Amino acid sequence: MLQQIEGSQAVARAVARCRPEVVCAYPISPQTHIIEAVGALVKSGDLAPCEFVNVESEFAAMSVSIGASAAGARTYTATASQGLLYMMEAVHNAAGLELPIVMTLANRAIGAPINIWNDHSDAMAAEGSGWIQLFAETNQEAADLHVLAFRLAEELSLPVMVCMDGFVLTHAVERVDLPEQAQVDEFLPPYRPVQYLDPAEPVSIGAMVGPEAFEEVRYLAHLRQLDALDRIPALAAEFEGVFGRPSAGLLSCYRTEDAETVVVALGSVLGTVKDAVDELRRTGARLGVVGVTSFRPFPSEAVRQALSGAGRVVLVEKAFRAGGGGVLSADVVVAIRDSPTAVHTVVAGLGGRPVTRRSVVSMLEAATRGELGALSFLDLDDTVVRRERARILAAPAPGPATGSGLRGRAPSPVASAGEAS
Amino acid sequence: MAAFDEGRHAQAFPSFGSERMGAPVVSYCRIDDRPIRSHEPIDEPDALLVQDATLVHQVDLFRGLTPDAFVLVNTSRSFADLGLAEFAAGHHPDRLLTCPATALALEHLGRPLPNAALLGGFAALTGRVTLGALESAIAERFPGPPGAANVAAARAAHRYVADEVERLQAGEVVSRAAAD
Repeated sequence: MLQQIEGSQAVARAVARCRPEVVCAYPISPQTHIIEAVGALVKSGDLAPCEFVNVESEFAAMSVSIGASAAGARTYTATASQGLLYMMEAVHNAAGLELPIVMTLANRAIGAPINIWNDHSDAMAAEGSGWIQLFAETNQEAADLHVLAFRLAEELSLPVMVCMDGFVLTHAVERVDLPEQAQVDEFLPPYRPVQYLDPAEPVSIGAMVGPEAFEEVRYLAHLRQLDALDRIPALAAEFEGVFGRPSAGLLSCYRTEDAETVVVALGSVLGTVKDAVDELRRTGARLGVVGVTSFRPFPSEAVRQALSGAGRVVLVEKAFRAGGGGVLSADVVVAIRDSPTAVHTVVAGLGGRPVTRRSVVSMLEAATRGELGALSFLDLDDTVVRRERARILAAPAPGPATGSGLRGRAPSPVASAGEAS
Repeated sequence: MAAFDEGRHAQAFPSFGSERMGAPVVSYCRIDDRPIRSHEPIDEPDALLVQDATLVHQVDLFRGLTPDAFVLVNTSRSFADLGLAEFAAGHHPDRLLTCPATALALEHLGRPLPNAALLGGFAALTGRVTLGALESAIAERFPGPPGAANVAAARAAHRYVADEVERLQAGEVVSRAAAD
């Protein structure tokens, strides 16, 4: 049913309609309303049978999720930023044990410095964990992708992380067509685990694997991830048949047919990029957009095809590896390595800095003039950076930069409060 | 929700910071006839609602406003009393109003929560949502007596602002006639 609803609430309802049997989460910061709302649905009996397990940390949340999934229960959890890092050892284990857990990641920055706002640093810290990672562009996609995620996870015996931009999507009240229970039931059959822990017939899972087989195990896990590249488009087509609206597949293309310059990005920033592209199209510039939904597995072939006509690719990334570069950029460069396409990485929106249409338009104008460098940071305050670099180079002294050099930087006009958790 | 109920696309989102009581907060709303793709904060609003008039000289509330933008400030004082005569002079007069939303909230809710009243004033000032849709949305969001009290506050503010707009527009006609 079409509703005007907060992103977190929409996801909570979509998850509940997937009939998870165990929901285990650390309910305190960093967390979203999703867990609170799912917990309320369990308590009220609307989501039954389901056990909601409150734990003392994210490490415990993923550990209990592993136990529940290994015992054959459809299992769900959610976290964000530092919470994901704290559960990271178990995150890798869930993938290695091939447990079809579904987790929402409400994307947020990672400290230090402390920052509660949105970017993709947390997701990128888990991009090699063996989990499938799907990025939602809108709250509609976020709700729908959870339904698809359970089906995909259970078909492939792999955990799936649905990434949605923290605050930007989770706290935005928007129009969402919620998946109906009957439709979800038609699309998502009850979970039938092939193998599970049963006291009556004890087995071990997760045994040690030595050098003689570890490499094969890892390669098999890679092949299993690649299986998802076939299954995601098939499930998206089936989803559309059942729900009557398209579901995100591996990626989405917008006005790319004749585009000379194509922007590639993940998540909600795509909306602003599309608005910017429409604005520039009116001036005759040939621009297009590719939104990557399936970040892991990375759909190299689909990306290569989508970018085959482009002379220039601009990657807008909400994460950056200091000393390295953009993760998405690295994947795209490999995907199109045989083509002469110029690749530009634009890091944007770190730590919740708004990515505005105005800035994206200016950046794309520079790109089409051939003035965009290989790596740039959107709306970077060069004055502060130059001053701080000069200070460091003049007097190389130990100590954190964040407490000194950035002191002159004006705070936002309204330092606001809210119910962030 | 009111705009959604009237078949339009709408988006509302807060901005976040360190949580502490009494800190200035800002939130945004977009209403459109087409799907809204952007999620960036609004820096050139068509309408501005100010819940706390003590902020008018603390932060740059009016940045990005055009002279045609609607402004509604929660206060029982005038723009001149607030020290905003100069700002008001450069603005479209019947789009710049004050409304004692906190006083109306105290009257109808018994608590100083001006939100619903300001939304009633917004509906009257801009016509972007109808009072009926707003009343339904408030009642749906807050079932029972709290919703009814907030609906009453919104209705009272709507009447107050509608009267003010009518008075100002009549005044404008008179002054124009005098100028002729």
